[in-house]
Amino acid sequence: MIGLAETEPFWMVEWNWALDGWIVAAGMLCAVASSLLGCFLVLRRMSLLGDAISHAVLPGLAAAFLISGSRSSGWMFLGAVIVGVLTALLSDWIHVRGEVDEGASMGVVFTTLFAAGLVMIVLAADKVDLDPGCVLYGAIESTPLDTWAVPIPILGSTDVPRVVVVLSIVTLINAAFVILFFKELKMATFDAELATSSGFSAKAIHYVLMTLVAVTAVASFESVGNILVVAMLVVPAATAYLLTDRLGMMIVLACVIGAACAWAGHVAAVEIPTWFGFRSTTTAGMMAVATGFAFTLAVVASPRRGLIPQLCRKHWLRWTILTDDVLAFLYRMEEKTLDERPIADAMAMQADLDAWMADVLLTNRFAIKSAVKYHAWRGRIETTQAEASTSTSTANVENQSETLVPKLTDVGRTEAESLVRSHRLWEQYLVTRVDLEGSRIHQKAHQLEHFTDRQLQDQLDHQTDSPEKDPHGSPIPSASDKQS
Amino acid sequence: MTEQLWRVISLQDHNTRVVIFGAAMLGLAAGLVGCFTLLRRRALVGDALAHAALPGIAIAFLWVTAMGGDGRSLPVLLAGATVSGMFGIASILIIRRGTRIKEDAALGIVLSVFFGLGLELLGIAQQMKNGNKAGLESFIYGKTASMVASDAWLIAIASLICVVICVGLFKEFKLLCFDEAFAGSRGYPVVLLDAALMSVVVVITIIGLQAVGLVLVIALLVIPAASARFWTDRLVWMMVLSSAIGMVGCLVGAAASAMLPRLPSGAMIVLTTGVGFLISFFVGARRGLLIRMWRRRSLNASIDRQHLLRELYELFETDPSRLSVSWDELVQARSWSNKRLRKILEQASSDGWISENITKMEFALTKRGESEARRLTRRHRLWELYLIHHADIAPQRVDRDADAIEHVLEPETVAELESLLNAELGERRMPTDPHASSTEGVEA
Repeated sequence: MIGLAETEPFWMVEWNWALDGWIVAAGMLCAVASSLLGCFLVLRRMSLLGDAISHAVLPGLAAAFLISGSRSSGWMFLGAVIVGVLTALLSDWIHVRGEVDEGASMGVVFTTLFAAGLVMIVLAADKVDLDPGCVLYGAIESTPLDTWAVPIPILGSTDVPRVVVVLSIVTLINAAFVILFFKELKMATFDAELATSSGFSAKAIHYVLMTLVAVTAVASFESVGNILVVAMLVVPAATAYLLTDRLGMMIVLACVIGAACAWAGHVAAVEIPTWFGFRSTTTAGMMAVATGFAFTLAVVASPRRGLIPQLCRKHWLRWTILTDDVLAFLYRMEEKTLDERPIADAMAMQADLDAWMADVLLTNRFAIKSAVKYHAWRGRIETTQAEASTSTSTANVENQSETLVPKLTDVGRTEAESLVRSHRLWEQYLVTRVDLEGSRIHQKAHQLEHFTDRQLQDQLDHQTDSPEKDPHGSPIPSASDKQS
Repeated sequence: MTEQLWRVISLQDHNTRVVIFGAAMLGLAAGLVGCFTLLRRRALVGDALAHAALPGIAIAFLWVTAMGGDGRSLPVLLAGATVSGMFGIASILIIRRGTRIKEDAALGIVLSVFFGLGLELLGIAQQMKNGNKAGLESFIYGKTASMVASDAWLIAIASLICVVICVGLFKEFKLLCFDEAFAGSRGYPVVLLDAALMSVVVVITIIGLQAVGLVLVIALLVIPAASARFWTDRLVWMMVLSSAIGMVGCLVGAAASAMLPRLPSGAMIVLTTGVGFLISFFVGARRGLLIRMWRRRSLNASIDRQHLLRELYELFETDPSRLSVSWDELVQARSWSNKRLRKILEQASSDGWISENITKMEFALTKRGESEARRLTRRHRLWELYLIHHADIAPQRVDRDADAIEHVLEPETVAELESLLNAELGERRMPTDPHASSTEGVEA
């Protein structure tokens, strides 16, 4: 407002508490005040209304000046808040009355008002220095210059920047609103009909929320500028939304993230440009970039919903299934070996086992090799030299003599038995109880066997009257083996 | 002043001529493309896109300047803007698909974070030797006056290409907007078409930056299309109107900016189209506020008239010997206020449905009124009968339901009801009142 956005940043790289401390304080307060409301904007899918309202600050200021003729902050504040609320009401009205798409009606209202504001500023320019740039980018750097004496009970009075005082008050109001009306806000956000039917108006809550967003946007625009108010309203809240499912936790997290980003943004604005030989740049922009970083981090690495943890979980699941399959495969082979030794042997030896297994289990040799290694490490498989003497074909002896043949250990066998037992019990169950066709049971059982614990096994056993053999005629390993 | 005005209007100055021509082409193309984005409910994607273009502009400037070129040439800056705008769109898509964040928040995030980054880079650009902010800052508020002829040509040609694409792919885009699933099932490459549409939006937004500025460029895409929607239900006409509004807005705005260089051109353009929107919103011929109000009023009036006629008919029916109905009876019959009833009666009397005596307290149906009243009553009772016999609704409850629907029953529906209710109707032309206190109806 005082045109300071034009002047060069005036501090040096060294941290100065009197300057940087207040700047960071202003940024943090703005972040907390915005995040408190931002959570509800994000959850109610009204994030862009925050954008529209924050654009309304400019015409509000200009109109307040043209009408009142004074630059007193009270009038300006009032004008901007009124136009902000008007933006929300008008968009809603056009959306409902004109049946215009919600986004479009917001787009029409805020652009027209913003344009009107720009023109009004030009008209008023002869009388006052209103810099639209200042409204857009904010002038957080000028925070420490404009101070009010604030009485503090014990220490006497201290000079506190005006912005910090205003933002503190707004933060307190927002916090009080969110805490006092937490239940109502929650209900109005997640189930507006329930809210209305339980006796308070979801609409009233909506408009109080809009008014507070307008107040916050106006109070913040001086420090962070009106586009970056959007960053503070939306981004920390969205970040918190990725980290938790609980509303209370989300609000707390959003405030913490917002405050941390405000601090990090200022430090980055002072430090980073100097690495490339420039002077420090605008803090407000850096704060928005910092929230962007926080958001990206949450998208990528949020423990429950992050892309990387999700990917890891998917791969872990795939890996457990693969290792289970390898165990079960080896067990089945052993089983065959007992009955029809020559055939199984021939099969085992005819090419290398890994390739065969990979073929059956629909994966590659590398995965099989690592699964076998993993089992060997866990003591479920031991690898022995292929015994050339057992081989009936002599053609491949030279090749095979080098190969290590995996064999189940006792531990491995017990586990494999359990898996195969699950598989065959499921098959039996699907045939006898679900009446599934024989051709489809293997696939289903194959999927279910990995998620079947002992208790479920027993239940399946009970339900299928403890069968000896599965529908394909293979014996079902008995459960008691495991104990013995 | 007047001399200057004349110079602008008569397009004497070559540069002004080209600039205004370019702006008009831009408005036309934006209006055209805006129709599709509006119908696809993507109106605000352009907003995020425009803000996301800022870092690209700054980076292009920094890079080319560092390489020793002229960082402020428009093609360079627009190329940077396009690349970073594409990044913005991609981020929106990734956020929307990959996380549980909804579209609105995704737009807000991209818009604000990219803009913050852009401000940072712009701040750095200003510290460079020739990084005078005037050149770059015109992208934030728009400044047609700072355009030179070659810039205007670039804008005009890019706009023309967009127009050609939109006209050429009209059928495909139309299908995409109204029924994406159907388009997919008919074998149209939906994803490719969507990408084509988004690319056109990107181009329009980026070339609009110079003229309107990144805060307001979204208005070019949204306002003309939203205004045109009030006038017509046909896409072709909507597009024609929308382009016209966009073009006029840009013409006036650019001309104003050429006359008064201090006036922000973007704001003038937006305000002009905003006036167009306001007019359309109120007087639009299809969906404007006034036409809707008028339609509602005339519907209410016709409903009131129908109720009055039916009431009169039923009163005469229960007592065929009477000659007239009194005011008091009518007041009791329905929950009409005195004032409203007076108005309804006056209207009906002047339309020749009823006749009133000199005191205006006794009323009778005219011949014409009686036949109309019979038709209406018949329609009402047919529906009641239908509800009782075919929808199994208790006779006590059918009156209200029939009340709600009788006014919109088409003649064809009435004919269908007749044939359906043939058995119940028997010989009578007029079904009896199912809840009349007399025993006659109930027995039937």
